[in-house]
Amino acid sequence: MFTGSQSWAYSTSPKLLSGSAVGGPKEAKGPLAPSFDLLFDDLWMEEKSYEDAQQRLMEEASTLAIQKANIFDEQVDFFIGGDLINQITPTNFAASTLQIPFLGTFNACATSMESVALAAAIIEAKGANYILTGTSSHYSSTERQYRFPTEYGSQTPDTAQTTVTGAGCAIISKDGEGPIIKRATIGKVHDLNITDPFNMGAAMAPAAADTIITHLHDFQLPISHYDAIVTGDLGSIGREICIQLLRDVKVSVTNEQFIDSGILVYGGDPASFAGGSGAACSSVVAFGHIYEQLLTKKLNRVLFVATGALHSPLSIQQQKSMPAIAHAVAIENGSDE
Amino acid sequence: MKKNKPPFPPTSTAYKQTEQAHANPRPIALNCVKAFFIGGAICVIGQLITTFYITFFDFTEQTAGNPTVATLIFITMILTGFGMYDRLGQFAGAGTAVPVTGFGNAMISSAIEHRTEGFILGVGANMFKLAGPVIVFGVFAAFVIALIKTLFMMWGVI
Repeated sequence: MFTGSQSWAYSTSPKLLSGSAVGGPKEAKGPLAPSFDLLFDDLWMEEKSYEDAQQRLMEEASTLAIQKANIFDEQVDFFIGGDLINQITPTNFAASTLQIPFLGTFNACATSMESVALAAAIIEAKGANYILTGTSSHYSSTERQYRFPTEYGSQTPDTAQTTVTGAGCAIISKDGEGPIIKRATIGKVHDLNITDPFNMGAAMAPAAADTIITHLHDFQLPISHYDAIVTGDLGSIGREICIQLLRDVKVSVTNEQFIDSGILVYGGDPASFAGGSGAACSSVVAFGHIYEQLLTKKLNRVLFVATGALHSPLSIQQQKSMPAIAHAVAIENGSDE
Repeated sequence: MKKNKPPFPPTSTAYKQTEQAHANPRPIALNCVKAFFIGGAICVIGQLITTFYITFFDFTEQTAGNPTVATLIFITMILTGFGMYDRLGQFAGAGTAVPVTGFGNAMISSAIEHRTEGFILGVGANMFKLAGPVIVFGVFAAFVIALIKTLFMMWGVI
């Protein structure tokens, strides 16, 4: 299983049995709206606070993923997931409702693939039959924790990103039909001294590039092996930087091959600035849109690289730079090779 | 044959250049022009309100200031509550932040935001989260200026 310097090769073929995506009003207007299972037209979602709304998103996405996998709640052995809010409370509260044994994870916006990699490793070690993984984020709850009140009239620069309101969940299983989780590379934390919290793309790009380079090296694969390299939430600026960093070390990734979830989810809408971000940005795209593309065989080999900026409001106030991480998971259709 | 892994990541100084090459510089000149006109427009509205109070009510140029500020903050409250002030702020930048309406918006947006944590620990404790420094340093600056003025008067300079 352990391969290269920091990767796992899954020989027992853990499957991505089902995927679900739930979104909010802005996501409903985006080009990926058809790939969502449930869309709310209001940020409150009939709840008393935005944090409650985020919990609701997580619960809806979990229930949908279990339903779509055609299994009973009791069959799910573990729930692995997290979010961005203090002490991952929305996920903790959702886990309390779900009553599935729970492992909380946090790697900011890279939590989605961190959870999938861990879930697949547990399946590989015969530690479970079905594992639920997922992440959630909410524009208003994240905005007020990390930045300013939503109604505060500050000017946001073009390099900023917009937190996705949503939750994406998946069931990873030992048996069954579905795309196969083949490999995973666990990223290192990189800090290249970016201090502007409105420029997370630039902070995360080196982490993404490093994880992609290490992944290809650990498995001795050419980049052309993958139909698509899908990054979590680099945004338009981070994506450009990442492509350049890869080309600088002779990894010739093509523009069509390099997809970013943050750009995809809002279709380059200028009101979203550089694109979407947040723990749900990668999970709604991975378990919604990309999962659909894998099922319909429009994509067959995808390397999903979730990226996270590991700062906190306190570390920013103390003028610390933003360390970043990226985890890569290779999901492929069962093939003839 | 096993290839060697390329050296990565770049040093933070080298990366700074890569990152700068891709960053969109802020349009400072355009932002200044926008701020000038929108900020100016807010001040014109303020002046009109002052003139209104002087003409139709029993206010003088000295006393019309308070009701004018109150009216502007009230208008800001309505605009903030309906989610319009932040959009205006995105366009105007300093133009909406510097006038007293910016102060009102900072206070009101924080109050709305923390309503879910209750009146005491939410609204009360957080209302001046952003506007607080303005009051602290405003009062302190006024104190220092008053001190200087008093000294100058004692020395008979003014």
